Formats: sequence, C-alpha cells, structure tokens
Amino acid sequence: MVMNSSDRTLEEILNLAAVHFRVPREKLQPDDDFFKTLGIDSLQTLDLLTKLENHFRVELPDYELQGVSDFRTLADRIRARL
Amino acid sequence: MNQFKGEALSWTVKDGIVELALHREPCNELGLLALEEADQFVGSLAKLSGEAHALIIFSSVRAGFSAGADLRELYQLLQTSERDQFLKSVRARVERAHRVINAIDASPLTTIAAVHGVVFGGGFELALGCDLIIADKTARFCFPELRLGLIPGWGGIPRLKRDLGNALVRDLLLTGRSFGATKVQQAGLVSQVVAEGEALRVARATAVQLSKFDRHTATTAKKFIKPIPYEELQREIDIFCELFSRPAVERGLRQFVKCRDAQPYLPR
Repeated sequence: MVMNSSDRTLEEILNLAAVHFRVPREKLQPDDDFFKTLGIDSLQTLDLLTKLENHFRVELPDYELQGVSDFRTLADRIRARL
Repeated sequence: MNQFKGEALSWTVKDGIVELALHREPCNELGLLALEEADQFVGSLAKLSGEAHALIIFSSVRAGFSAGADLRELYQLLQTSERDQFLKSVRARVERAHRVINAIDASPLTTIAAVHGVVFGGGFELALGCDLIIADKTARFCFPELRLGLIPGWGGIPRLKRDLGNALVRDLLLTGRSFGATKVQQAGLVSQVVAEGEALRVARATAVQLSKFDRHTATTAKKFIKPIPYEELQREIDIFCELFSRPAVERGLRQFVKCRDAQPYLPR
C-alpha cells in the first residue's frame, strides 16, 4: 500500500511514540488520546515534543498542543510546519 | 566544606572541578529547602574557589535540570499565611535566589550548566548564571511565568538581555513557549548540544580543558566580558514582587496546583 504524505507523518509519529515510551506499536491508534494511552504527564509530553521536533526538523511551539490529545491532530500540526 | 550531601543538592570537589548536583525528585523544584542548601553552597564557594578552576552544575534527576520554583510550596504558603506575611516571604525568597545566582555569576571559577530535559523558570535562571550551558538534545528551555501572571523573578530578564537579541527575549517571555536545545544554541545561548545523557560527560571534558589556562587571566577575562547587571536585577525583584501581589498570580498558582489532567507544564 502506498502511503500519502499525511499517512506517512502520522505513521512516523506513532512509531516514534511507541519506541520512546516502550509501548507496542499495535497498541497505538491515530485517534487515541495519547495522554491516556501512553499514560504520560506534561513533562513527558514535552519530551515527546522534543523528539518530534528533532525527527521532523521543525519547530513546534508547545501552545500548538493546546487542545491536542490525539495522534492524528498532532500529525496535522506537524505537517503544517513541514 | 569540600563536600556536602543535602536533601535537594550535593557538592564535591575533585581534580580542581566543583560539581554541584541537583537531585530532588520529581524535577528539582526549587523551594525553601533547595534555596537554603544553595545558600550554604555559595557560602562555601569562596573557599572552594581557592582549590578549583571550574564549577559544573547538573541534575541527576531524570525529568530534567529543574522545573523552577516550587509552585506547590508557594501555593500552600499562600493558603496558610496572612497576606502581608506571605508577600514578605515571597520577597525574602526572591532575594535569596538572587544572592545565590549572583554569587555563581560572579564566581572566579568558570561555571558550566550541564542540562537535560526541563530547564524552566528558576531552573533556566540558574543556568543563565553560568558562563557556559551544555545541553543534551532533550533539553527544553522555557520562561512560563507569564502563564502565572508573573515575569521571571530570579534574574532571568537582565541575564537574557545580556546574552541574547531582544527579539528572542520577547519571544521567550511573551509567548511563554518552550524552546528546544538546537534553537537555543542557534540563538547563541547554548554552547554545545550533545547526545542524550552526555551533557555531564562533555561538561567534565570541557572543565578539564579549562584547567590548562592561567586562572588569574581567565578570571580577569570573565569579569571584563560578563558584567552583572545589578541595578536591573534589583528592579526585576521590585517588579516581580509588585506583580505577585495581584489576584492573577493566585489564580495562576491555583490552576497549576489543581490541574488534574497531568498537563500543568503545558500552555493552557
């Protein structure tokens, strides 16, 4: 299956989160609430933000995460910076 | 004292390098205890400086260098004190933090902050008191004080103005957003960005390099190129204490402390 760039960004985020937080990839779905699914707090979210910035080579102000709690919306925010 | 093991921090001297370790879980929140122990440290600094050429400040706590002032402790103090007494305590606390960071800033030792993870608020201000900042790539720098109705009160603004262009200072202060290590290095504030977990090792290697230089020359150069803006620092204390008396701060502290959704450090 050929992924479009949107799906690719989302897939990369899901893979990155799975590796960073040591969670099986299959447990993460695009519309999951990442705070609940990963069981992370805001300090760990900032950690994830740093990983994402370094991986995608973008700058993502943390106020852009306001109201964002699922991977799909997070992918939209990152794509807007690519 | 050549070594000290406290509850919030510890220090040792070895091979001419003073190492100050912050180790209070969860993220080196700097409350009364940390400030008392830090005060003890700077009280020993003059003697330690006779035996050393460098000071490294680092954190052994996983979450980061420091999340800044202990907001939960401040909120508890607010709830349990008469208002005037509370505001006097706040000023005393701020003045103590300034004494500590000013002493580090003015130290004849070459000072290095080896940072990782969260470098927020008072933690960022502590790092800014050092000559060099070595950050691992997990480091995030932030002045979130505006979210609490405050400005940085531990010397952050005068030191940022000393070290950075005004546009970046405005971005940091007025948006309250956190910046990754690479961006802060590009701005000129961070000396080296290193792999995760490597900041202390690289800081130690840098400190060994510093031992090769004449101390008097290094100290003289540092005094010449790194003025300490004492008047502005005093003005910052006064502005901070005036802002602290406003209702917005109590609201901000309450919101932080009562936050139930595990997201107190993210902008709201």
